[in-house]
Amino acid sequence: MNLLTLTTALLVLAALAYRVGQRRALRLRTDQRLAALPSHYGAYVALWCGLPAAALLVLWLIGESQIVRLLVVGALPAESQGLAPAQLDLVLDEVARIAAGTNLFEDDSLAAAAARYSALRGISDLAKAVVVMAAAVAGLVAGQHLVVARLRARDAVERLVRGALMAASTMAILGTIGIVASMLLETIRFFQQVSPLAFFTGLEWSPQTAIRADQVGSSGAFGAIPVFAGTAMITLIAMIVAVPIGLMAAIHTAEYASPRARAIIKPLLEVLAGIPTVVYGFFAALTVGPTLRRLGDTIGLDVASESALAAGLVMGVMIIPFVSSLSDDVINAVPQALRDGAYALGSTQSEVIVRVVLPAALHGIVGAVLLAVSRAIGETMIVVMAAGLAANLSANPLQATTTVTVQIATLLVGDQVFDSAKTLAAFALGMVLFMATLGLNIIALRVVTRYRQAYE
Amino acid sequence: MSKWAAPTGVSLADCAQARLRGRYRAERRFRYCGIAAICLALGMLGVLFATILAQGLPVLTQTQIGLDVAFAPGILDPDGTGEAETLARADYRKLARNALRTVIPEASGRRDKRALAKMLSIGAEEELRDAVLADPTLVGQTKRIWLTAGADFDALNKGTIARTGAESDRRLSDKQIAWFDALDANGQVRRAFNSRFFTAGDSREPELAGVLGAVVGTLYALAITLLLAFPLGVMAAVYLEEFAPKNRWTGIVEVNINNLAAVPSIVFGLLGLAVFLNFFGLPRSAPLVGGMVLALMTLPTIIIAARASLKAVPPSIREAALGIGASPMQTVTHHVLPLAMPGILTGTIIGMARALGETAPLLMIGMVAFIADIPSRVTDPASVLPVQVFLWADAPERAFAERTAAAILVLLTVLVAMNLSAVILRKKFERRW
Repeated sequence: MNLLTLTTALLVLAALAYRVGQRRALRLRTDQRLAALPSHYGAYVALWCGLPAAALLVLWLIGESQIVRLLVVGALPAESQGLAPAQLDLVLDEVARIAAGTNLFEDDSLAAAAARYSALRGISDLAKAVVVMAAAVAGLVAGQHLVVARLRARDAVERLVRGALMAASTMAILGTIGIVASMLLETIRFFQQVSPLAFFTGLEWSPQTAIRADQVGSSGAFGAIPVFAGTAMITLIAMIVAVPIGLMAAIHTAEYASPRARAIIKPLLEVLAGIPTVVYGFFAALTVGPTLRRLGDTIGLDVASESALAAGLVMGVMIIPFVSSLSDDVINAVPQALRDGAYALGSTQSEVIVRVVLPAALHGIVGAVLLAVSRAIGETMIVVMAAGLAANLSANPLQATTTVTVQIATLLVGDQVFDSAKTLAAFALGMVLFMATLGLNIIALRVVTRYRQAYE
Repeated sequence: MSKWAAPTGVSLADCAQARLRGRYRAERRFRYCGIAAICLALGMLGVLFATILAQGLPVLTQTQIGLDVAFAPGILDPDGTGEAETLARADYRKLARNALRTVIPEASGRRDKRALAKMLSIGAEEELRDAVLADPTLVGQTKRIWLTAGADFDALNKGTIARTGAESDRRLSDKQIAWFDALDANGQVRRAFNSRFFTAGDSREPELAGVLGAVVGTLYALAITLLLAFPLGVMAAVYLEEFAPKNRWTGIVEVNINNLAAVPSIVFGLLGLAVFLNFFGLPRSAPLVGGMVLALMTLPTIIIAARASLKAVPPSIREAALGIGASPMQTVTHHVLPLAMPGILTGTIIGMARALGETAPLLMIGMVAFIADIPSRVTDPASVLPVQVFLWADAPERAFAERTAAAILVLLTVLVAMNLSAVILRKKFERRW
């Protein structure tokens, strides 16, 4: 019986339990006062039926593969039993494939293990179904017996639901813990192989290492400065594009545009933020890059077809709405009294904006720019598709450069031995990226909230 | 004020006038700057859409070549058994090449023959086989069949590759172009709707590649995302907005949610790789894992949107429900949540639209493999639309660039549909209390 059928059966049984509880409560109601609505008794019995059985099922699923694995290893030929864990995994995968009949070639030495594997799987599946359904039925019976008139079914059910709500709210924390823990562990392992000093101050980045000991290959250099410099340069180009355009657009929509024009322009600018980044990447790599190259040829400049400039320009376009919509909000939040005061002194509108509104909104605008920078640093697809891979330490935006995100993506895509310095380096870079964006966001939020307090 | 100090011999009024003119000029300049910024931003948007439309729309049609195929029994069914299995395994390549050679007999040498064969796609064999299997009485007859043209000839027909210039720089030789033009003049070339693009999986041959596999993969991944993120997000929002006491723990949870919303997407990919794949041992390249990673990314968006819309429900509703004896839980589930639902759904659709366009975290969990099959389960290896765009954009053939643009069009169409439905939902159910 597969998982889907089992889950469906469990749900059907829980629905049945609901009816049973409700019926029983309705029968009780003919001569007694109930402490809750009949539907609460129904839910109560359904929970008794469904929850323990579901918990059992989850536990079974977690433990199943481990136990089957242990038992199958016993049936393997002697020479396979002594293998290292990673190779043992491969053998076990093959056993699973033979058992499923999808292995490409026959391997008789594993036939016994495969037979054992299918037998165990069969037993486990059957036992799982029997145990779970038995638990559900037992829960149903027990729950039904607990239904009496003075049972406060509503309170019991609601306590449980409340617990579930609380558990759901901790998912965000689990996510953060998951991110930090996974990256921290790998980063520590990386720094055991490469010293942090070499990582943060080294000027050469060539992460290609030999995967096996007998392979000829470079030993790898993990100086991340060129990677950081590339990230900084592309972010800088993006900001040079996005900040003036975004800010001027925000000033225009907030101060000059009629409400109708505003209603059209704002959503159109937001469209820029809604376009998937892979689309920008395609645009940068196949349209902007070649165009820049042709332009460079006509004026005698050597522009690489994958250049920091192309990636930065397109990223800047992507960032415009982040700058403009946040700046628009803060400009709107500047009290009208300030403007009126400046107008009364005879200022033109642009003078009011430049000398009064913008200084008053500066905190918010700085916050918006910082958020945009953090967005630019973490952006992946545009740079992967348009910025190149070579880690050149150069200040020339016409050459290919690489960024933290590009390196993470290229180091981890493809088949890798998971504990080589090469793959671990990706996690170290990821950790740097996480810390940098987190820091920028915290500072940006601080700046913005402090600004808001000033006028509220 | 020294800048504006009046030179001697000029009246103060004239000076003031000049100054005012200067200030108005500056005002106009500033205004034009703002308009220019908006025009620039929207202009880029226009250029982006125009390029993608111009590149992607030709993919809607596919060049076909009509050949009078002689379904020779000698090739198809030498023993005359008429069995479907024999017919299925016959040499359709020979059939197609013979048909080509009868139309263009001047292609004789080995090189010419090879150059001629390029006119038809590899998929043409399959099309011939399907035709025969659908109608076995074709054997022994000669019938005009429309077959898919090779990618280069398709591009030639659509005018996207050069006909002139040095022969060595071109994808097609003069001879090939002449053959094709002869066929065209004969009425043996047509452009038909490219249904294969919407019904096939990925392929190494651009003219045979389609987006269905990626679309199905996307649907699976988004279904998983929705199943995980929507209930969890709504539950978390309800707890934080309606039940949570204001204490340190709730503060930590809130800070975490805001941080999670700002984490770069690629970091979620690292989490998926380290936790879901390496720790829990879930399958690589599977929409299941992709959906889980995307759910984690979408969760903060849904929580924030759901909280905002729960907050917008006026307290009087809650007080009324509590006043007639409802428990806090009943108040929320019977009254507050239904009233907040349109807003929550709007936020969810927007979050899902963002998840739909996300590529980077999926690269991390191995969804970059070449997968020609259409996935049938959430644990099958699959691709998703944005990753398909990434893969095709990387392919060297020009024909794939067009297909990339077309896949982007499909992606953008879905995105626009999702966002429009969010806007309509908001317009329709928006309530001011």
